Amino acid sequence: MKRVIQMFIAVLAAAALCMYATARINHLQGYSSGNTLTIYNWGDYIDPDLITAFEEETGIKVIYETYESNEAMLTKIAHGGHSFDIAVPSDYTISRMIEQNMLIPLDHSLIPNLKYIDERFLDLSFDPGNKYSIPYFWGTVGIAYNREMLEGKEITSWNDLWDESLRNQILLVDGAREVIGMALNSLGYSLNETDPEKLLEAQQKLFDLVPNVRAIVGDEIKMLLSTEEAAVGIVWSGEAGAILDENPNLDYVIPTEGSNIWFDNMVIPVTARNVEAAHKFINFMLDPENAAQNTLYVGYSTPNWAAMEYLPEELINDERFYPGREITDKLELYENLGKHNQAYYNELFLEFKMHRK
Amino acid sequence: MGKTHNLAKIYLGAVFAVLYAPIAYLVYYSFNSGGTMYAFEEFTWEWYQEVFQDTRLFVILLNTITIALLSAAISTVIGVLGAIALANLRHRRMRNALLTLNNVMLVSPDVIIGASFLILFAAIGIQLGFTSVLLAHIAFSVPIVVLMVLPKLQEMSPTLIDAARDLGASWWDVLARVVIPYITPGIMSGFFMALTYSLDDFAVTFFVTGAGFSTLSVEIYSMARRGISLTINALSTLVFLVTLLLVVGYYIISTRASNSRQVRWGVASR
Amino acid sequence: MERIRNLFLVPYGVWLLLFVIVPILMIGYYSFFDIDGVLTLNNYKRFFSPTYFSMALRSFWYAALITVVCLVIAYPTAYFLTKTKHKQLWLLLIILPSWMNLLLKTYAFIGILGTHGPINAFLGVFGLAPRQILFTDFSFILVAVYIFIPFMILPIFSALEKLNPSLIEAAYDLGASHWVAFRRVIFPLTLGGVKSGVQAVFIPSLSLFMITRLIAGNRVITLGTAIEQHFLVTQDWGMGSALAIFLVIAMGLSMWFTERGRRVR
Repeated sequence: MKRVIQMFIAVLAAAALCMYATARINHLQGYSSGNTLTIYNWGDYIDPDLITAFEEETGIKVIYETYESNEAMLTKIAHGGHSFDIAVPSDYTISRMIEQNMLIPLDHSLIPNLKYIDERFLDLSFDPGNKYSIPYFWGTVGIAYNREMLEGKEITSWNDLWDESLRNQILLVDGAREVIGMALNSLGYSLNETDPEKLLEAQQKLFDLVPNVRAIVGDEIKMLLSTEEAAVGIVWSGEAGAILDENPNLDYVIPTEGSNIWFDNMVIPVTARNVEAAHKFINFMLDPENAAQNTLYVGYSTPNWAAMEYLPEELINDERFYPGREITDKLELYENLGKHNQAYYNELFLEFKMHRK
Repeated sequence: MGKTHNLAKIYLGAVFAVLYAPIAYLVYYSFNSGGTMYAFEEFTWEWYQEVFQDTRLFVILLNTITIALLSAAISTVIGVLGAIALANLRHRRMRNALLTLNNVMLVSPDVIIGASFLILFAAIGIQLGFTSVLLAHIAFSVPIVVLMVLPKLQEMSPTLIDAARDLGASWWDVLARVVIPYITPGIMSGFFMALTYSLDDFAVTFFVTGAGFSTLSVEIYSMARRGISLTINALSTLVFLVTLLLVVGYYIISTRASNSRQVRWGVASR
Repeated sequence: MERIRNLFLVPYGVWLLLFVIVPILMIGYYSFFDIDGVLTLNNYKRFFSPTYFSMALRSFWYAALITVVCLVIAYPTAYFLTKTKHKQLWLLLIILPSWMNLLLKTYAFIGILGTHGPINAFLGVFGLAPRQILFTDFSFILVAVYIFIPFMILPIFSALEKLNPSLIEAAYDLGASHWVAFRRVIFPLTLGGVKSGVQAVFIPSLSLFMITRLIAGNRVITLGTAIEQHFLVTQDWGMGSALAIFLVIAMGLSMWFTERGRRVR
């Protein structure tokens, strides 16, 4: 009995010690004081030096929390009594959040640096007038392929993926909108098609792709392409940038039929406790020099035209990652299709996944 | 006989090799200056240095340990009380029904446990964060403890208690001086199992964790999109070594303390 | 006295109620609503549609396969372990790897099993490489068995430990060969442990997720994967709950069968 009680006390003491240490560290870093800003963002999606710089400049302490998908973020914001001051959801998620009254309108007078954002990326369908959101990064969905492994064969379009020479060589992303959207584009339809017949046609076309598909994967696609596990992968342009640096055999292309253009925008959720600091942070991130620094760290494309001056020539002249207007005009945003259409997409995608083998 | 003995050694050696292969792989790449878990470039201590500089990661590690210790201790108390009550239940059918429920929880997939706790906490209005994670970890550890302790209670001879009672011991005395000491090995294994399950859990925590609170496994998962930093490998290597020490230490303590040479380990499943 | 003992049941009872019974009831409740929050039986109807039904069948098939492979590997392991010195320590060392973060180990497996990984390098020495190992049934079963094998070894080990050695000696004295002694004496007497192990491996493997994508590249889709998708990605909690209820029923049934088997014995 004594021994059990001793152990019990030792455990509780150790736990108390850990809690004390946590509280102490948080206190030292000023987390417990009132002036904090909680940022809810994708993992490793900001240069940590910028957070420090922001803290020094404003005296506001930043708490950085991460999520791994738009949906997980939505679930957490909807269910918890959290206090996220800033979040960085993607376009279609933003329109869902607006629909569900989960966002606080922005005060543009507090964000003078908004003038640095390329007008091409403002006033988009998911948030007219940028009432709720400010672009953070943007990019495209395209094809990353290994020139070496394909022995010089060029890939320029979605339809190239159906080529017999690519047997068991393609990695798809595990996302209903991305995969079905690709098939729709290859047929010349819109990414946001809701006509069931056209969707079924796209699904049929996907069934034909099955022999070429090696796997349907998630974030590990970068590792798989970089280690040459497969020759071709459907990727977001931001991630493509990272693996092109790692493996020089890789190339990235925006398919000629058109594709998706996406945005990750900064928003202030209704859970915010420090709206003022949130505006300060947004304005801070739009500062051209800061935006440029963040772009170099994260590797995605910046919507900030003034930041371009601080970026290397060869980066901003790279049409793969900074396509000109004639290309971006052909690209489409994912629109919020509503629960029922989304459910139909999911059903079709699940059937496609089950169809394998 | 000697031949079978060698065969046995080879077989066990192969099993251990497979079991430790991924861990060796992770440890190896924790020294990779290239920054990825493939393409080894040069040897470096960089990631280990980073572990000790990253306060955020350190807080997360502390959180993980706090939750593990507290949830294991509390679930051990609940589990031991439950096991004693179950062992003493007169209604056999009632006991079996309760045990079945206990085991249903034990064999439930993490996804269901996590999702249902999320609904539960949302319904009760518990904020997602430290409290919800702690409650969830206690909840999924209780059945393990019951399972570790119950066999010990059942194999205890009733004459032991009768003898104590004949000598005029009060009910509390019987519990404190006879029952608890007898089932101590079971309590220890229950506690230990609960502790390690909590340390390892990802899926349940993933569902019920909230703002301002993160555990190691959740952090690792959210890193997946932009690539898991090798700092995590370095940290895991360190944690693994500490766990190894704990295990060996636990073994030495339990073999020394236990009267019988063997500590009985019940079925551990989840 | 009896009352104090029943008092002990209170915290455990509260736990059972809050974290077992209430969640089961809640999931049951949710399973009757569609994405618009309308009361419906559709989720259950959908379960019997070809997509979900074949998913359930495949889940069962893979779970059975994983369980059998686990058993075949775990039994000799447990048996040989009981013959070692410091067997408790070795047993602990068998469990130890399962305490390392699963996602990390899975990434390690992607590296190990990859086209340019160590296994293919080894096979290459014999001119057998490169071979696709990742995203095959083989790699999926391998990693799944890796995850679950401690739960099979533990109960079998305990059962072997409880075995009375004089019974085996008696069998040998009566002229039984190793095989006969195993088949007629050892195995039947450890059947309880085998059953617990089967239970501890089979049911969780029905609901495996994460490695179905990371290791099997979504070639295998289990009920667990679908539940995860419905709860987090598609936000169709009704359908996810219906699948969960089905899993709980499957669980209860297999408990009932194994328990009944035990009583008969």
